[in-house]
Amino acid sequence: MPFTQAPLPYDFGALEAHNMSAKTFEFHFGKHHAAYVTNLNNLVKDTPMADMSLEDVIKASYGDASKAGIFNNAAQVWNHSFFWNSMKSGGGGAPTGDLAAKIDSDFGSFDAFKEAFKTAAATQFGSGWAWLVLENGTLKVTKTPNAENPLVHGQKPLLTLDVWEHAYYLDFQNRRPDFITNFLDQLVNWDFAAQNMAA
Amino acid sequence: MRNFIQFLYRGMVVILITFFLLIPFATPAEAAPVELPPLPYDYDALAPFIDAETMQFHHDKHHAAYISKLNEALEKHTSLQNQSTEALLKDLSQVPEDVRKTIQNNGGGHLNHSMFWQIMKPQGGGTPTGALAEAINQTFGSFESFQEQFNQAGLGQFGSGWVWLVSNPQGQLQIISTANQDSPLMQGLYPVMGNDVWEHAYYLSYRNRRADYLSNWWNVVNWPEIEKRYAAAQA
Ligand SMILES: [Fe+2]
Ligand SMILES: [Fe+2]
Repeated sequence: MPFTQAPLPYDFGALEAHNMSAKTFEFHFGKHHAAYVTNLNNLVKDTPMADMSLEDVIKASYGDASKAGIFNNAAQVWNHSFFWNSMKSGGGGAPTGDLAAKIDSDFGSFDAFKEAFKTAAATQFGSGWAWLVLENGTLKVTKTPNAENPLVHGQKPLLTLDVWEHAYYLDFQNRRPDFITNFLDQLVNWDFAAQNMAA
Repeated sequence: MRNFIQFLYRGMVVILITFFLLIPFATPAEAAPVELPPLPYDYDALAPFIDAETMQFHHDKHHAAYISKLNEALEKHTSLQNQSTEALLKDLSQVPEDVRKTIQNNGGGHLNHSMFWQIMKPQGGGTPTGALAEAINQTFGSFESFQEQFNQAGLGQFGSGWVWLVSNPQGQLQIISTANQDSPLMQGLYPVMGNDVWEHAYYLSYRNRRADYLSNWWNVVNWPEIEKRYAAAQA
């Protein structure tokens, strides 16, 4: 059974008021994400990986130079689905409940978390991702290049931000720091992060 | 009057002393701060293949940002300021560890873009001539086959990076791609020409269609300049 692209959890225009345009989604979801799905299916066609779960394909292909194309596309399929869910209309602000308490205890304060996340996202040189993850019971902020993700590092991802230029170039051009601040202030879906922590 | 002459004389002495004191700091290579080289043509000169807005962000924002970060790193280690960016990238192991990655990324970003503006021009394109044309035919079979392999390497560079035609230490041509702003100089290879495949190089006009950008780019290639670079590499 081929891998499929999960539908976007909101309309292309849903985050327009929060500075992520429908145009961006038209390309980011409609072209980039879709191409990763198509490429992955072409690459695993008639191989045992075609019948594996997406997570298993990611873990099995990671670090294998002969499967770099499979890893890149599989991980990008997963990363983008996770990213769409990391945002919502009317998002941003601060988390509540257990997640808020855990952020305070592991980072010192919510502001300290935000600083760490901004730094990670701004300093990922070239294409990549910034993450909030749970590692051995502790919250951490990490960054990964290109398609790499926390699944291959034994971490549980809670939240992510795509910092490939295609994620922000139509709305923010070279101003990645503004894109990051906008994500934290107006887009983060803290409910999604809390569900991931509880799961 | 006499006081005035004395004043002039003292002034000249001060100027001369200052001049001689400054000589040791005037370096032949590339002293910090590194400056943004002006674009050798107008922002809209490469349209319709590369639009003016892209050129403006690419040169004024992206290239400028690499330079300001490079200068920040050079300020921390004055000893590095006497060396050219080329020399630093050729042997990064001699660069202090705390700024090594910053210089790799931003020194590379500066050099790569400085070359990039030079190897493009309005009314460019066509085919190379002379020794470079011969070497391309010999190495890749034909000019068309060279273009095809170059485009494929650019398309295959996953994420941000560059595709290059380089000259190796034996003087042979090769096509390679590098990640991010890594310069071929880091591998002992001389960049004869290169195309930027970071998304910022094409996203405003071409969006996700990198292949279209790669094939259109040949229309703005400055072959006379690239031929000069090839000759320099063979020298
Ligand atoms: Fe993306
Ligand atoms: Fe660039």
